[in-house]
Amino acid sequence: MRQFSYSRPTALSDAWDDFEHARYLAGGTNLVDLMKSDVERPNHVIDLNSLPLNKVEELPDGRLRLGALVTNADTAAHPLVTERYPLLASAILAGASPQIRNRATNGGNLNQRTRCHYFYDPDMACNKRSPGTGCSAKGGRNRIMAILGTSEACIATFPSDMCVALAALNATVTLAGSQGERSVAFRDYHRLPGDQPWQDNILLPGEIVTSIDLPALSFGPHYTYLKIRDRLSFAFAIVSVAVGLQMESDVIQKAHIALGGVGTKPWCVPEAEALLEGKTPSLSLFRDTAECLLRGAVTDRDNAAKLRLAPRVIMRALSQAADGTPQSQTYKSIS
Amino acid sequence: MTVISTTIGQSVSRIDGFAKVTGQARYAAEPHPSGMLYGVIVNSPIARGRIETIREEAARAVPGVVEIMTHLNRPHTALFEKSYVDGLGVPGSPYRPLHDGEIRFNGQPVAVVFAETFEAAREAAMLMEVDYERWPHNADFEVALHQKYMPEKPRSNYVPPKSRGKAAEAYALSPIKVEGHYHLAPEHHNPMEMHATTVIVEDDGKFTVWDKTQGPQAVQAYLTSALSLSKDQVRVRNPYVGGAFGSGLRAQHNVFLAALAAKMLKRSVRVSLTRQQMFTHVFRPEAIMDIALGATPDGTLQSMIVEGVTDTSRFEHNMENLVVWGLINYKCPNATADYKVVPRDTYTSSDMRAPGAATGVNLFEMAIDEMAYACSMDPLTFRLHNYSDIDAMHDMPLTSKALREAMLQGAERFGWQNRPMTPGKMRDGKELIGWGMATGIWDAMFSPTSARARLTADGRLHIATAASDIGTGTYTILAQTASEAFNIPLDQIDIELGDSTLPQCPTEGGSWTAASAGAAVWLACQSLREKLFKTLGKNSNISAWLTEGLRHNTVVLQDGFLKNTDGDEAFEMSLRDALSLTGQTELEVEETAKPGLRGTISQMRKARFTHSAVFCEVRVDEELGIVRVTRLVNAVAAGRIMNPKTAASQVRGAMVMATGMALHEESLMDERVGRFMNHNFSEYHIPAHADIPDMDVLFVNEEDTEVSPLGIKGVGEIGMCGTAAAIANAIFHATGRRHYNLPIVPGD
Amino acid sequence: MTDLSVARPCRLEINGKSYVADLPPCVTLLDLLRERLDLTGTKKGCDHGQCGACTVLVDGKRVKSCLIFAVSIPDAKVITIEGLGSEGHLHPMQQAFIDRDAFQCGYCTPGQIMSAIALLEEGHTQSREEIREFMSGNLCRCGAYNGIIDAIEQVIAQQQKNRTGEAA
Repeated sequence: MRQFSYSRPTALSDAWDDFEHARYLAGGTNLVDLMKSDVERPNHVIDLNSLPLNKVEELPDGRLRLGALVTNADTAAHPLVTERYPLLASAILAGASPQIRNRATNGGNLNQRTRCHYFYDPDMACNKRSPGTGCSAKGGRNRIMAILGTSEACIATFPSDMCVALAALNATVTLAGSQGERSVAFRDYHRLPGDQPWQDNILLPGEIVTSIDLPALSFGPHYTYLKIRDRLSFAFAIVSVAVGLQMESDVIQKAHIALGGVGTKPWCVPEAEALLEGKTPSLSLFRDTAECLLRGAVTDRDNAAKLRLAPRVIMRALSQAADGTPQSQTYKSIS
Repeated sequence: MTVISTTIGQSVSRIDGFAKVTGQARYAAEPHPSGMLYGVIVNSPIARGRIETIREEAARAVPGVVEIMTHLNRPHTALFEKSYVDGLGVPGSPYRPLHDGEIRFNGQPVAVVFAETFEAAREAAMLMEVDYERWPHNADFEVALHQKYMPEKPRSNYVPPKSRGKAAEAYALSPIKVEGHYHLAPEHHNPMEMHATTVIVEDDGKFTVWDKTQGPQAVQAYLTSALSLSKDQVRVRNPYVGGAFGSGLRAQHNVFLAALAAKMLKRSVRVSLTRQQMFTHVFRPEAIMDIALGATPDGTLQSMIVEGVTDTSRFEHNMENLVVWGLINYKCPNATADYKVVPRDTYTSSDMRAPGAATGVNLFEMAIDEMAYACSMDPLTFRLHNYSDIDAMHDMPLTSKALREAMLQGAERFGWQNRPMTPGKMRDGKELIGWGMATGIWDAMFSPTSARARLTADGRLHIATAASDIGTGTYTILAQTASEAFNIPLDQIDIELGDSTLPQCPTEGGSWTAASAGAAVWLACQSLREKLFKTLGKNSNISAWLTEGLRHNTVVLQDGFLKNTDGDEAFEMSLRDALSLTGQTELEVEETAKPGLRGTISQMRKARFTHSAVFCEVRVDEELGIVRVTRLVNAVAAGRIMNPKTAASQVRGAMVMATGMALHEESLMDERVGRFMNHNFSEYHIPAHADIPDMDVLFVNEEDTEVSPLGIKGVGEIGMCGTAAAIANAIFHATGRRHYNLPIVPGD
Repeated sequence: MTDLSVARPCRLEINGKSYVADLPPCVTLLDLLRERLDLTGTKKGCDHGQCGACTVLVDGKRVKSCLIFAVSIPDAKVITIEGLGSEGHLHPMQQAFIDRDAFQCGYCTPGQIMSAIALLEEGHTQSREEIREFMSGNLCRCGAYNGIIDAIEQVIAQQQKNRTGEAA
């Protein structure tokens, strides 16, 4: 880790001053790790933990606002989250470990970097870490890499579980910076790598996430977060699916689906969601949905298994949601 | 010798438990000598080539940096290559850290940065700039297969496969044939404690080296030889070792570099590897096994043909006993095997828990399962039908083999009789349930070992030997042995291990420590008792009962007292009083346990193995292929069990590692650069709590007076052997699909 | 230009004792404990939050001390393995680990114990499966997992017995 100076502002406006080569620190569960790996090399670290962004609040219009500095653990355990957004709680509990969730924050979760082996290893070429050096994941050991949203420059997977649920939920992200405050749809927050894979998201220099707002919606029991990984806990997703279905009698009124583990960002396909709407659940419908979600998938040397697995995981998740039997994150048998 | 157990065989809690649960146990990176420097290693990003230039300016500018050691400025080391050969007996040219500017493998240390703080050393290491001339390399296993060879001089412990009958002809004539091309991914040991060394430069200039090793005396010998130091200049200590599983068998480069730096800087230093750097040294070799089995329809094996290869480096010829296990363990008139190694431009692969057998037994037992099915025979019945009571490869009798009992008792515990033969018949919701089994076999070895027993003025018994407790429970079972041999309560015993200055003990590994060090401690305690009695007998000022008793051999040691068994029970004396009567402040003996004439003859005439039968239940999601291991039963026949509690933990621990072998662990080589890319605990998956069900370990009664002086066989490796196969076989039973590649991961 | 080497005030309470010093901001809580305070009971198993060996309690919550800059948790109360129990008075979890042979090499053990103590506070202990899931952030290469779950259940049983005793 390279030396850096450290500051801890207590007001929002102080945070984005003097941002050149600085990094924001929240829970630190990814940043500290990356600095030790010499992937992140800030010369200044701005600790956000004294900012007043640590509340979960109900908004007057029925939405729920998750402060950027609320920890993942507190978010997952918050009564309003477990009551209204069990999909989000489930996705959070599917990720990392209790110790990590006790430190990791909601804002930090959005801004975590990929777990690509090559990104993490400064001896290897990586456009995301060192623009212009090339992508050594392509043609390399890329079993964990993305099959959707990739580019010639980058095939790194976005690793979050929480964000998959947030994408499914159509959350909104509130940002603040020297240009003022703005809101963006969560689904637009993360970027595809394109030819600029070093930009993971639409944050402007110095801008920070202040909150994540969840729309007022309910799926009853018709949701699930189904995560497939290499061991039964404490591993990143190979494929994960967040589904929430608004159902009336046997008909899907509105569908919310996002994929994790397979995309360069939380993967949503509005056409796939539209396919389900107004229909009664059936395996063939789910098959079509999966096909639509995975359209355009490209595999590389080692990750074809993801494309074999993904349709089955999607179909199972849709069945779980339709049946109202969400996946437990504790009991590992998959209903 | 006959041993009547009072302490041996009891489930005693670990005597080192208090130190470990309170954080007081100190591991290699934990002493804090004053003025110590921190060393951080800089690794080569290329697999082959030559260092052109090293630019140190930026690194040296970091405040606190004291020195940067490279091949250009390192102090003198031994001239001859043979001085760098360690005790493991791997033929070839040993790797010599910082010897010259040539790069032989990716991750090779090219510099070590020393600074006053860890943080400064870490930063400076990041600022090092090294230019390389790149040479072509090959790290691709498939490509290397074309260069497979048999080393001219095999590794010292290599057991050459021995053919019998006419395997090829018999195979051709067999009505039932199965053939499989099996593969095991390379694995890394990944003990929780990373390899580290703290060299304390004492006031007299001598080095006390705290190293993570399984053999303090081997490291001491290596350092003195390689660094041209005198023998009394280096003392190596490893009282606590945070796991090793074979990674501490060889002196790793951290200890060489730390000692070299201490020599150069004349200051105490610490060199710790990072988890990433743990992937720059030893690993379990990648392996391929081609197994062809022929049988008659009644399930009688007619032919076994096994061909196997494992990988090694370009500079050393690491070898495993990979292909022999099936030939030893099964009765079959015709059998042949062949083994070769393939060279890659990587560091040398090395022994990892049950080397050779973990791979060879598991893959072979997967083939046996397939053959049982080809013969429409229950896999347990098939194994019993082809059971060998001898070492069938060497046509030698065995000191003991209670594998049949293990199979039957394990089957009963598991409920195997309720198993439907046809795969895919058991289901619960969306999960298919499968039951599989396999057998395990591992050497039961004994090596000459010395131990010291000392009775001190406070009446305590001190036992010392240069063994290492790497989590194996050695402290505890040696205390139990001493307690029984000297008939003294456990809490009056101190055990000292992990120090090169203690009596000679071979490097911990291969499950031989319990048998070997145990025998030495037993002998030393017997000898100490005799010495105590003899010394007392020379004293004319002792009580009449004692004089009489000693003369008539009626005095015994009991619960830490001398007692007279002949007559009035009131005659007894504490050890403290007894010692003071000898007029000495302490009594000490050192003894060496050797096989002896009888043992040597036995070793020539009889083979010796530990055996096991493993039963497994898996649940496999029918559509997603997700495997959950839900039940494991392991019945182990390992001679005398010193401590069922710690022994069962040993077996369970290996079963966890074998679960990793079956389902999780794979070091992913990027052959373009020769580096294992998933070099962290996030992407190299060892089993977590959630992956491991309750495991039932039972020990089958197996009295073996011949295998080692105390009848011990050792239990450190056996849990690896068979468990991965039982899982794979259970997956077949659940799904009807065979897998030939381990690990079996989601999507396979 | 900020002076990069400038140390920052660090104020912590570690095992009940106040710790005040100026520290470079890059010093992690784990390295502070191990290298500067000689509290080596907290272990470094990966230094990247992937193994759990460095688990300590910060303000009552279990966290991975390798991922925390020491200066970034002002006035926090830190409890490490050295802050539990004492000779003859082990914490029940420590005793249970010995009783149930819940370790072999002992290196992951302090982290497992700290994690287990926090787990009981969190209450994720309804079944062995739940304990397993919520202990999965603590890897054990020796494979002492069965013993660890047994130890945790032993403490739960003791607590229940104590509670029943109090109620009666």
